[in-house]
Amino acid sequence: MNLHLFVPEITMAAFAVLVILLDLFVRQKAVLRGVSIIGLLAVIGYSLGMWNGISDELPAFIFNSMLAVDNFSLFFKILLAAIAVLVILASADYASKFTRFQGEYYALILLSALGMMLMAAASDLISLYISLELASISLYVLVSFLKDRKSTEASLKYLLLGAIASAVLLYGMALVFGVTGQTQLDAVAASIQSMGLGGLVDNPALLIGIVLMIAGLGFKIAAVPFQMWVPDVYEGAPTPITAYLSVASKAAGFAFILRIFYSAFGMPDWLSQNWGMIFAVLAVFSMFIGNIVAIPQTNIKRMLGYSSIAQAGYLMVGLATLGFASAGAIAGQSTILFFLASYTVTNLGAFIVVIAISNKINSDNIEDYSGMGKRSPVLALALTLCLVSLIGMPPAAGFMAKFYIFSAAVQQDLIWLVVIAVINSVISAYYYLRVVKVMWFGEPATPENVPSTVAPRVALIISCLFVLLLGIIPGQLMKLAEIAGKIFGG
Amino acid sequence: MDFNYLSTILFLPAAGAIIIAFISSRNEKAIKWTAFIFTAVPLVLAIYLFCAFDRSLSAAGTIQFEEKYLWIAPLSAHYHLGVDGLSMPLVLLTAFLGFLAVLISWKIHERPREYFAWLLLLETSIIGVFASLDLLLFFIMWEIEVIPMYFLISIWGSGRRDYSAIKYVLYTLFGSAFMLAGILSLYFTTGSLSMPDIANQGLGMVQAIMPAGAIFWLLFIGFAIKLPMFPFHTWLPDAHTDAPTAVSVMLAGVLIKMGGYGMIRLCVFMFPGPAQDYAQLLIILALIGILYGAAVTLMQTDIKRMIAYSSISHMGYVLLGIFALGQVSLTGAALQMFSHGVVTGLLFAMAGLVIHNIETRDLRQLGGLARQVPTMTVVFSVAGLASLGLPLTSGFAAEFLIFLGSFNSGVVPNIEIYTLIAVVGVVLTAGYILWLIQQAFYGPVNKNFDGVKDADGLEKFYMYVLVAVIMLVGIYPAVLTDVFKLGISPIAGLFGG
Repeated sequence: MNLHLFVPEITMAAFAVLVILLDLFVRQKAVLRGVSIIGLLAVIGYSLGMWNGISDELPAFIFNSMLAVDNFSLFFKILLAAIAVLVILASADYASKFTRFQGEYYALILLSALGMMLMAAASDLISLYISLELASISLYVLVSFLKDRKSTEASLKYLLLGAIASAVLLYGMALVFGVTGQTQLDAVAASIQSMGLGGLVDNPALLIGIVLMIAGLGFKIAAVPFQMWVPDVYEGAPTPITAYLSVASKAAGFAFILRIFYSAFGMPDWLSQNWGMIFAVLAVFSMFIGNIVAIPQTNIKRMLGYSSIAQAGYLMVGLATLGFASAGAIAGQSTILFFLASYTVTNLGAFIVVIAISNKINSDNIEDYSGMGKRSPVLALALTLCLVSLIGMPPAAGFMAKFYIFSAAVQQDLIWLVVIAVINSVISAYYYLRVVKVMWFGEPATPENVPSTVAPRVALIISCLFVLLLGIIPGQLMKLAEIAGKIFGG
Repeated sequence: MDFNYLSTILFLPAAGAIIIAFISSRNEKAIKWTAFIFTAVPLVLAIYLFCAFDRSLSAAGTIQFEEKYLWIAPLSAHYHLGVDGLSMPLVLLTAFLGFLAVLISWKIHERPREYFAWLLLLETSIIGVFASLDLLLFFIMWEIEVIPMYFLISIWGSGRRDYSAIKYVLYTLFGSAFMLAGILSLYFTTGSLSMPDIANQGLGMVQAIMPAGAIFWLLFIGFAIKLPMFPFHTWLPDAHTDAPTAVSVMLAGVLIKMGGYGMIRLCVFMFPGPAQDYAQLLIILALIGILYGAAVTLMQTDIKRMIAYSSISHMGYVLLGIFALGQVSLTGAALQMFSHGVVTGLLFAMAGLVIHNIETRDLRQLGGLARQVPTMTVVFSVAGLASLGLPLTSGFAAEFLIFLGSFNSGVVPNIEIYTLIAVVGVVLTAGYILWLIQQAFYGPVNKNFDGVKDADGLEKFYMYVLVAVIMLVGIYPAVLTDVFKLGISPIAGLFGG
């Protein structure tokens, strides 16, 4: 047993428990935040060490091939831990609103991050499902944390729809298991290979299973038509959790999809082109519906919710690329990873500003952002940068991410999909720029500026720095994403 | 090259913008002088480069002052700058108008810090478009330009500025959406992002992913919107009319030239086949633009809107010159871009001055100003005459070359007839320009305008500088055509011209 390969996960679990225990004794709740961040930084540090130090041992499988330790899962461990750090930093002012359960709040963030890390690492249908549930259940609780009417409603919706999605996913998995007789992903792939093309065509159960899995996972990544929960949950949840949901849940969902579709259903070409086409169609709908419905929104959290649906659409362009690439080719994986990283910093940056502003003015209405450019130029500038990045305009990260992901799609002859995606970027410019307009051209309601404490400011600076860095010198991260993506088909 | 001249020219305005962002907005003087210095130095450098540019015939088609560094390894994208005969005068023009734009904006008092920061950033991005030789860098510069324009129009503009600004942004982004798809297909068809490599080695480098004609159109739409070509022109009158004066100058002067430049550099140079196939269609659209633009101009009563519509007509000549595909016509088109930049720049500056000093923009209310503002009248008249192509002005040299070159190009069938139709546009131009001048400055003296201010020293300075350039190019066009020729001849060579 190579337990040292499992240290990041053990650390996460240990710190989650530690935070709950400390909560019993510590009065000063800021300590809990510090402890959580120390734990996450330790995980990041250890994972970075594994990336550099033991690359000859990778890829390795642990727990009877339940979990894979490779550059791909390490990439997501680092990304997810970084997200959790930023979210916890951003929660600093917000969490003081909670009269009780601050310890549980941080512990649940750690636990859900752990679940998502396992999702990225799992290489067996069973471990995939268990890790998904760990992540989801923690999130259900987090969404309800405000305990007001909207938050409770959001949580209930999220729970019910999430449970249905899980059930659908599980049913899909059961069908796949029924056809192949395997749960380990490589074994599933081998079994599908042995069926041959004829066997596949004669066996609709497998295809149905795959479609059901796409439906279940579509819920996680907020793809149309499984996006119904998004606006309500985003609006009702505590804003830091909305931020967390919008990036972490999406990242983990895509990690899950990449792993399972590439490892298990990557061959033969006939099969992968089929699911590639499904993702292409879902991408088109997600982009159009996300962007068009975002236009009339008046609440910025709802608007960012719809925007995240559209962003899932752009990401699915990457999945479609993957499906259409000939078996074993490296195409698209690294672009999805890069897009996820840049989307993460961008969206977190935007949400941190939203949190800071709503702490002061107690409103998430776009109208109330009027004149923010005069009240708090730094916050307004940061939000402008993030929105420009979400549109996909240079010099922000979003541009490079889109350029990279679309370039892979063009390579697979998906030019029609790219044209649709880019036109959608134009549509999105309309509602993102509306916020910019309100902030800079509107008159402020009061001249008071919006204060913020150190912790969210640090998180904001980190996010914006990365938005610019990834936009101007993306080469380094692209290289890392390529290494992480290479585990498939290498 | 020891000193990276182009990078310096490119990034000095942006550096100025960053410095301005840190100056207190109450210190207007410091802001303006910073903007002055950070546009004056690039102008001096650009003039130096223009003089140092190797004009010998052996330099035809070569890239000069090249800078190339690896930028993003996984995409094999380079930070690659350089100028040839086509782009050198346009870089000079941008630096020139960028500098004058600062002078023209000297009387801006509303939020000066943000204004000048955006204006300088705009200059960087436009120079970047003309100086980039890497497709990714080119596209990034092309896109960055949108953001400053959006802010400049919607904060400091007039009239329906919100509408105009977002319309401008959406049109541009829509065009660049197709352009991005085109650039990506080009990238995977040739495996390279380097513009000279693609142009030199042709499209046969790797197996084609999509037909060359399709890539041609994807790229062309982006440029056609920017130029603007009929029927993609409707953003232009709104944006030009509602933008603040200096921004109109930049917009008409250099921004729309990005479209013409892109057409020559990417569409024609890289896709000679499709360019020739579709030339007739595009020339017909050019003719519609020329005549329709001129006809609509005749109907205008708003002084800025009038100049804006005249740009559509003038850009039609550029399009005609480009797709006549002859050496002389392409040179004429390039010269027309430069000339229109200076002439329309001056016209917008003058119109801005009229609006500022006389406080009306409606032609029907103006009249008889020649007595009250003699300097403005003379300069406005010179600019107008240059716009209608009077000999001794740059407008004449450019239009003459376009007509002559198109008529003789012989590459496109029926080009003689098209050229003759285009010449009709000149008559219409003469009509609206003379009407404009007459309406605004001549006729009975209007007592209401007694005591309005004529141009002051600063305004006279930039007016005279522009007039001098117009006359210089008109009397001795070789100062530019000798340079343009070097960039054009390898392109015209593709068509046997």
